[in-house]
Amino acid sequence: MDGAIIHDEVEERPSKIRRWASREGNAYAFVLPYALMFTIFIVVPVLVAFGLSFTFFDTIQPPTFNGLRNYITLLTQDDVFMRYVLPNTIRFAVIVGPGGYVMAFMLAWMLAQLPQAPRTILALILYSPSMTTAVAMAVVWKTLFSGDQNGYLNSYLLQSGLIQEPVQWLQSPQYLMTIMIFVTLWSSMGVGFLAMLAGILEISPELYEAGSLDGISNRFQEIIHITIPSMKPQMLFGAVMAIVGTFQAGAIGVTLSGVNPTPQYAGQLIVNHIEDFGFLRYEMGYAAAVSVVLLLMVLFFSRFANRLFGSND
Amino acid sequence: MKRKRRTSSRYSGIYNSGINPKGFHTSQIKFYVILTPLVLFMLLPIVFVFSHAFKPPDELFAYPPRFLVTNPTTKNFSDLFARMSVAGVPVSRYLFNSILITLITIAASIAVSTTAAYALSKKKFKLKKILFAINTVALMFVPIAVTIPRFLIIERLNLIDTFWVHILPALAIPVGLFLIKQFIDGIPDEVVEAAQIDGASDVAIYWRIILPMIKPAIATIAILTFQATWNNAEISTLYVNSESLKTFAFYLNTLTTTAAGANAVAGQGMAAAATLIMFVPNLIIFLILQNQVMSTMSHSGLK
Repeated sequence: MDGAIIHDEVEERPSKIRRWASREGNAYAFVLPYALMFTIFIVVPVLVAFGLSFTFFDTIQPPTFNGLRNYITLLTQDDVFMRYVLPNTIRFAVIVGPGGYVMAFMLAWMLAQLPQAPRTILALILYSPSMTTAVAMAVVWKTLFSGDQNGYLNSYLLQSGLIQEPVQWLQSPQYLMTIMIFVTLWSSMGVGFLAMLAGILEISPELYEAGSLDGISNRFQEIIHITIPSMKPQMLFGAVMAIVGTFQAGAIGVTLSGVNPTPQYAGQLIVNHIEDFGFLRYEMGYAAAVSVVLLLMVLFFSRFANRLFGSND
Repeated sequence: MKRKRRTSSRYSGIYNSGINPKGFHTSQIKFYVILTPLVLFMLLPIVFVFSHAFKPPDELFAYPPRFLVTNPTTKNFSDLFARMSVAGVPVSRYLFNSILITLITIAASIAVSTTAAYALSKKKFKLKKILFAINTVALMFVPIAVTIPRFLIIERLNLIDTFWVHILPALAIPVGLFLIKQFIDGIPDEVVEAAQIDGASDVAIYWRIILPMIKPAIATIAILTFQATWNNAEISTLYVNSESLKTFAFYLNTLTTTAAGANAVAGQGMAAAATLIMFVPNLIIFLILQNQVMSTMSHSGLK
């Protein structure tokens, strides 16, 4: 890629290409490696997913076009999707997304009121859960919520007499979703949280000074009128990361319960549905249609976040 | 000293405390009161990972279960490393794969995204705006949503069962490019123009001026790439058939899912040890680079 840069100096006979090379060629040479990877592994898969979603494809025979049938089936005949997957995903996203986001902001705001040393230590601890994956943490959570009397939670509840026999936390439809939400919230202080913390610390003290002269009299007003408006970029970044994180966290239900589909579809999210149809049933076309729906949902929510926090300039 | 105190109290908001205080103030007590229990609670699983990995079998299966280890042992670790996996690949091989893959991926992704960010920020070319716009949309990209097309593409490119399949798909990180580009935007154009007048080529400007100035942003994507690559078990699961090319994260995955099976007692201990080995590098890398990350996220980072 560096080869193109040499053109700069040998410009004896400025042809059109030469002139272009000296003006813009370098720039393209610099962008090229990223653009290539980006196109191959991000742009093309999205386009292919879109294309496949209009086909029937079982990975053995070449895809055959079947129009909107996948989408129609998804909306009218996929009982599991309508009864479990969609409500589960919405419930999960609505609690974990805004919940984790508000929590991240509040924690960042409180941390910002502390001197640097304790702040750094506490921030590190809060960030630490997002440094590791559900896979690594499965050991911990599985032990904690283990279904026999040796599980920490069961053992504790048995000893304190709150339950008479061990509860199958991870296999019971009524608990799985709650545990999934809990675990995901625990690990939701990621990059967005760091951005917000940094954003709050960056706000110039004079703004608060000016605010108090303008009649801001309590912390709540201060947050609404000064803190949040002054850190819109970080708030937007945090929101987008929260949305993406929420939809990516989907694997947690399968990791915790150890099966896909999750027991009685209690923890089944769109992501699991895609895997179920794509990799277990080999209905790739249908899975692609579900993928497109997922991408559209993420895009929709991100747009919404953009409306809330996007700068107007 | 006295003067400094007065300035800080003048600037420190309404309650004589406020954002980024230099020292302790009674108004901070309430934040400690709220934060401490929460932080301790968040810390519990991490403490558990450490303590669990050193538990001897009788403590792993003690009833009632104990949270902290009382007689620490390193037997879980020696068991783990003594064990050959199903296909006869030693655990150290998985670990070696993971380390090598992670190092190469970090270096390559830094190279790829800093060069692109430099061009997007400081060079003029036709597709500039549109490229950055597409990248910004791709921030919202959910990889799991396109697992299937990705699989098909990787298959077509003959990358299945190669070493490169671990690295190439991890190189384009929209968040990384976004952060670095915004960071380079913070470097005044005059600096670059002055260098150009002095006859510096683009490569020289990139190498001698831009790179040294964006160290914090580089640290940030190093961390992001590290976490994504080191923890990634999915690539080994989906795209790699040969055991000797799989990663430690994948091995941990199989260990935790099969631990309940044939050799439950040894399996649990080894899974605990493996979890710790997975977690500690994350922690160390973040500890080393966290200052840089914070400064990326603040000043020029996102404005």
